[in-house]
Amino acid sequence: MDTLKDKLPPISQLGPFIALLIACIFFALTTDRFFSAENLSLILQQVMVVGVIAIGQTLIILTAGIDLSCGMVMALGSIVMTKFAADFGLPTVLAVLCGIAVTALFGFINGLLVTTIKLPPFIVTLGTFNVAFAITQLYSQAQTVTEVPDAMTWLGNTFALGGGAVSYGVVLMLILYLIVWLWLRETGAGRHVYAVGNNPEATRLVGIPTERVLLGVYVLAGFFYGVASLLSVARTGVGDPNAGQTENLDAITAVVLGGTSLFGGRGVILGSLAGAVVVGVLRNGLTLMGVSSVYQVLVTGILVILAVSVDQLSRKSAR
Amino acid sequence: MSTVPLVMEAKGLVKRFGQVTALDGADFELRPGEILAVIGDNGAGKSSLIKCLSGASIPNEGQIWLDGKEIHFKNPMDARRAGIETVYQDLAVAPAMTIAENLFLGREVRRSGFLGQFLGALDKKKMLEESVARMAELKVGIRSMTQAVETLSGGQRQCVAVGRAAAFAQHVVIMDEPTAALGVKEGNMVLELIRRVRDRGLPVVLISHNMPHVFEVADRIHVARLGKRAAILNPKKISMSDTVAVMTGALPPDKLPPESLAH
Amino acid sequence: MQRNLVAMAAAIAALFATAGSTLAAGEPVIGLITKTETNPFFVKMKEGAAAEAKAKGAKLLSGAGKADGDNAGQVTAMENMIAAGAKTILITPSDSKAIIPAIKKAQEKGVMIIALDSPTDPEDATDALFATDNYQAGVLIGEYAKAALGGKPAKIVTLDLFPGHPVGAQRHNGFLKGFGLQSNDKKNNELAKPAEVVCSADSYGDRAKGQTAMENCLQKAPDVNLVYTINEPAAAGAYNALKKAGKEKNVIIVSVDGGCEGVENVGKGVIAATSQQYPLKMASMGVAAGVDYAKTGKKVSGYTDTGVALIAAKPVPGVESMDVKKGASLCWGKK
Repeated sequence: MDTLKDKLPPISQLGPFIALLIACIFFALTTDRFFSAENLSLILQQVMVVGVIAIGQTLIILTAGIDLSCGMVMALGSIVMTKFAADFGLPTVLAVLCGIAVTALFGFINGLLVTTIKLPPFIVTLGTFNVAFAITQLYSQAQTVTEVPDAMTWLGNTFALGGGAVSYGVVLMLILYLIVWLWLRETGAGRHVYAVGNNPEATRLVGIPTERVLLGVYVLAGFFYGVASLLSVARTGVGDPNAGQTENLDAITAVVLGGTSLFGGRGVILGSLAGAVVVGVLRNGLTLMGVSSVYQVLVTGILVILAVSVDQLSRKSAR
Repeated sequence: MSTVPLVMEAKGLVKRFGQVTALDGADFELRPGEILAVIGDNGAGKSSLIKCLSGASIPNEGQIWLDGKEIHFKNPMDARRAGIETVYQDLAVAPAMTIAENLFLGREVRRSGFLGQFLGALDKKKMLEESVARMAELKVGIRSMTQAVETLSGGQRQCVAVGRAAAFAQHVVIMDEPTAALGVKEGNMVLELIRRVRDRGLPVVLISHNMPHVFEVADRIHVARLGKRAAILNPKKISMSDTVAVMTGALPPDKLPPESLAH
Repeated sequence: MQRNLVAMAAAIAALFATAGSTLAAGEPVIGLITKTETNPFFVKMKEGAAAEAKAKGAKLLSGAGKADGDNAGQVTAMENMIAAGAKTILITPSDSKAIIPAIKKAQEKGVMIIALDSPTDPEDATDALFATDNYQAGVLIGEYAKAALGGKPAKIVTLDLFPGHPVGAQRHNGFLKGFGLQSNDKKNNELAKPAEVVCSADSYGDRAKGQTAMENCLQKAPDVNLVYTINEPAAAGAYNALKKAGKEKNVIIVSVDGGCEGVENVGKGVIAATSQQYPLKMASMGVAAGVDYAKTGKKVSGYTDTGVALIAAKPVPGVESMDVKKGASLCWGKK
């Protein structure tokens, strides 16, 4: 007989949504402007870049890897797409595809080093983090690209929805999350990602092309970083070579808060969305309350420790 | 000599790793409907033999036949495709995934139609039903196929791994130390399952260090020594201590009474 | 064989002699260590230092940390430069406290250390400091803002750096003082918050974060009419947020830095006024001091204000300012 407890998802998966709910209730009670359609839709816009980066990061962490280069690669992508349009006059679509191709290439390089030379992902992506940063600074000459075609910033435009303003980029982010969620749950390739993260030896023995799955995950993540580059350009209206410096850790925070285990094989991608939104909610709510941003950092840190502890404890009790 | 048609046969297998010769002209015979235990001391060549049979190793010399046809496996997938399933010592399961998912790991069933063909959507319902049916067939008493494998006891996990091999094997099931690290009750549960696999018509090759377990289920015992087959023994007609002696070389096989040997 | 050995020994000895004499005869060796290689502010500093070194016949060694906050990289650069003969080190410290032991070691060897742009903590750990008076930079834009608002009641949003940073505090508090409001003094690291400040948020000096901070403050205080920003990227982000809310015409944005991109933004009407600082001057003054020390043995000391000037597209009565054209000619970064 299945009890109710068996039917509910485990606490590590529900956790981020509960935390989000608590935070929203708290700010709704302590400030008068938090709980409005306008403010809530604003928060979604603010987290859309990190949110999409977190999709790629989640896939990598599901395979028990990690990607420290994500923010830098995103910045490189946004510089490539804006400069290709500004300097070479490439049409927007082509310039954007070039930017995404570059970020996917970095993903491929990361994946190749991890699967063929068998270097730990932490080390590999630490290296590509530096390389991406240097290339971005050199190519852009540390200058912001301000001549950006309107078409490229279209995703930053908003439409009215129930009193709030939702940007097309947010809609894209939500659609991407939905697609990846379904892919991970319902397809063989998606389940293989979980299996490889949970026990790569087992997947090799049962004939799953483990190295190909890993490489694919890194390239796919690179693709998502490219989409995030476009969203970043759409939001700020420029190609900023100094963007993405905190997005590295912000994305990993979102994934960890979202309940995905750093040891691989466990986690739900929608949790990362909740994790990203929680961080945005904290920042917005604390500003509305007039509280120093130091507290935002403190609360985020506490939540991360809680999330990782819950993951550890729930894995121990399962044995 | 044997007149029964053999399911699997190998002659003169040689396998070298650099200076070390792991198999030095080993022979092997597996009859239909039997449980053949393979025993041997460390370095006797039993792992190398099993690896050649399961496709994990390619022998330098020698021949292997499956159902009378000569085969050349290049990797474990070739062996699997030929109908040989292996239960590895570390089980090869993904602990966080469900029993049903693990049963079909690497062999997932897709939905029919567009969703399955082009998008790769899985038919989870079908896989679950199949899992329930197969495990029920083998009388494995696990409550729910949607449990995560890590919630099972060691013996139950072993049953899942054995059940997976039995469900998909067409010719041979190879098991590497299936009762190691199990307590008495769980070990017996696994032995029961092994018998049921054989009773369903699948011959089983069983590698084990556990003499009592070997003597409980094996129909014949293949003794590996010094990279060759030292003898095939009849567990009903030889004592455990004599068997161990043959294995260690203390008792040369030609000193055994003829009925101890199984032909 | 023996003759060859002797010849080789003689050649080596001669080499050492000339090398030694080059050093002794030599040009003063001055080291410049910036926080990073790529920030245009520091690129300008390096240019100024190189030009002054050439003019004065000094040798300039330059180095930097890998990123903002990389103290270890700066320590290594300092040790290498001193080993290469530098008698004066000019440094923009990434970590105002952690660099002090390395500085003390250098000073014990007779090396003069001058901090540029940011002080160490405590300030007198270095022989001298050539920097912008960041408080004054704030005061200037505060005065401008007061005049530009023309007597309307002020609803101020401050987009600061991040908690605890002295430069962030000085500019913020200076701004409030210049505006005529209750504020803290130069030495205080706490951000003053008089009632006219309706919202404060941290931008980390970053464009995207500045935009987010402004958006959040707009939710809290939709009737803001004046925004103080820690630097020009934050100001650009704030402008973006205001534009999306349709409020950019009713809000005055002021900032600090005087980088070429920022001055361009003043010209575009994005920023109303900005205080310009002079990294080139900091560096060239530093090199001059280093040459002086090498020649006369006299060290420079104390704090020297390298100047700050207000740049505004629309001047206001009672507040002196430079126009955009002049500002662009003096700016740092790519023109």
